[in-house]
Amino acid sequence: MREITSEAITDRVKALFIEANTVLGEDVLWAVRDALRSETSETGRYALEAILENADIAAKEGIPLCQDTGVAVVFVELGQDVHITGGSLYEAIQQGVRAAYHEGYLRKSLCDPLTRENTGDNTPAVIHTDIVEGDRLRIVAMPKGGGSENMSRTAMLTPSQGIEGIREFVLRSVAEAGPNPCPPVIVGVGIGGSLEEAALLAKKTLLRPAGKPNGSDERLAELERELLRDINDLGIGPQGFGGRTTALAVHVDMIPCHIASLPVAVNIQCHVSRYREAVI
Amino acid sequence: MIEPIELHTPLTGEACEKLRAGDAVLLSGTVLTGRDTAHRRLFEAIVRGDELPVDLEGMVMFYAGPTPARPGRVIGSVGPTTSGRMDAYTPALLERGLRGMIGKGKRSSEVKEAIVRYGAVYFAAMGGVAALLSRSVVEARVVAYEELGPEAIRMLKVERFPLFVINDCRGNDLYEDAVRNHQFSTF
Repeated sequence: MREITSEAITDRVKALFIEANTVLGEDVLWAVRDALRSETSETGRYALEAILENADIAAKEGIPLCQDTGVAVVFVELGQDVHITGGSLYEAIQQGVRAAYHEGYLRKSLCDPLTRENTGDNTPAVIHTDIVEGDRLRIVAMPKGGGSENMSRTAMLTPSQGIEGIREFVLRSVAEAGPNPCPPVIVGVGIGGSLEEAALLAKKTLLRPAGKPNGSDERLAELERELLRDINDLGIGPQGFGGRTTALAVHVDMIPCHIASLPVAVNIQCHVSRYREAVI
Repeated sequence: MIEPIELHTPLTGEACEKLRAGDAVLLSGTVLTGRDTAHRRLFEAIVRGDELPVDLEGMVMFYAGPTPARPGRVIGSVGPTTSGRMDAYTPALLERGLRGMIGKGKRSSEVKEAIVRYGAVYFAAMGGVAALLSRSVVEARVVAYEELGPEAIRMLKVERFPLFVINDCRGNDLYEDAVRNHQFSTF
């Protein structure tokens, strides 16, 4: 049994959220630079260049990439041979989020759903936990913006709708979102499982480096390529100003589902695709 | 080459009349920030017949909730939130003299009609580049609803704030034009 202190978890969560909010990932920078080469619209190129300039300013000045510093989503893989001392795992994470949003000058964006009163410290974080083998703790911090989350959709298709139904649903979701989720977007697609499992799977695909194809299923890698081509033919373009680059990437993952069902979830991520991970 | 139009607040009907969907603009002067809850409160005050905490005449409303400013800075990162959430309240604000809005994303047909009716304009600021946009803000102070925190109404002084005209007072819409001009597949 390996011991990890709750304090170590709090410190790490805090550092991850501050870094994720201020330093754009290399994968996104690479994808934007790549898109600049094929973008034909002038305003589209202008917007892509602004993304690169913004990333540069945010990293140099240590200020957030986007004013929406997100709901704090945390993915945890807890080794079954880990013993957490000095406090609970969940409270340690919540404390790390509180500290990050306070000390990092990040915007507190959580509120009571009915009164709309701000909770004041950006908690509660959304925490997803998996128990795994081993004696390590893996933490992924993902600040998720509201604008792109609002454009995300889940559908319970019928088995007869098949892959064509999936394709149509994804394309329709991105087309209807239009300029709202700050394109170019990254489109996460979860197929199968149950209602909630499809949504979680879609979100997890966003933790894959932008544009890295599905490595376990060639059919899904092919679907990703086709969907990316069709989405970029929609013409929405960067910021919705028109152009080739509506999405930087499409990530699809799949798990088995009930014989009666075909759940599909589309989780849209804005171009400020933020996540950072640490292993303790 | 994109050649932006220099524009100053307060916005006049004359200035708005010259703007066309697709124009790039550099806006200087003062703008108000306000988003969901502030809009609901302004709207409720109008319905009740109460005096508003801010004068909307010739004003531009920027749908934004900035991050807290670090010591020594006037503002944190600041950029547009999705405008569509303000649609229910916007026609009433335009009727009260509001002349321009800054946000991102599509507006409802009611808002587009009100923009034409009141000779106003809807601009998009670029989303997700809030560190870059913060450089155009030279002053910021809370002027109403301080208790709303990030949602409070702020007065910002901006210099050459980069915008694009989405909906002009003739009823044109850049988002619709953009898709028509660039699409290879429909949906």
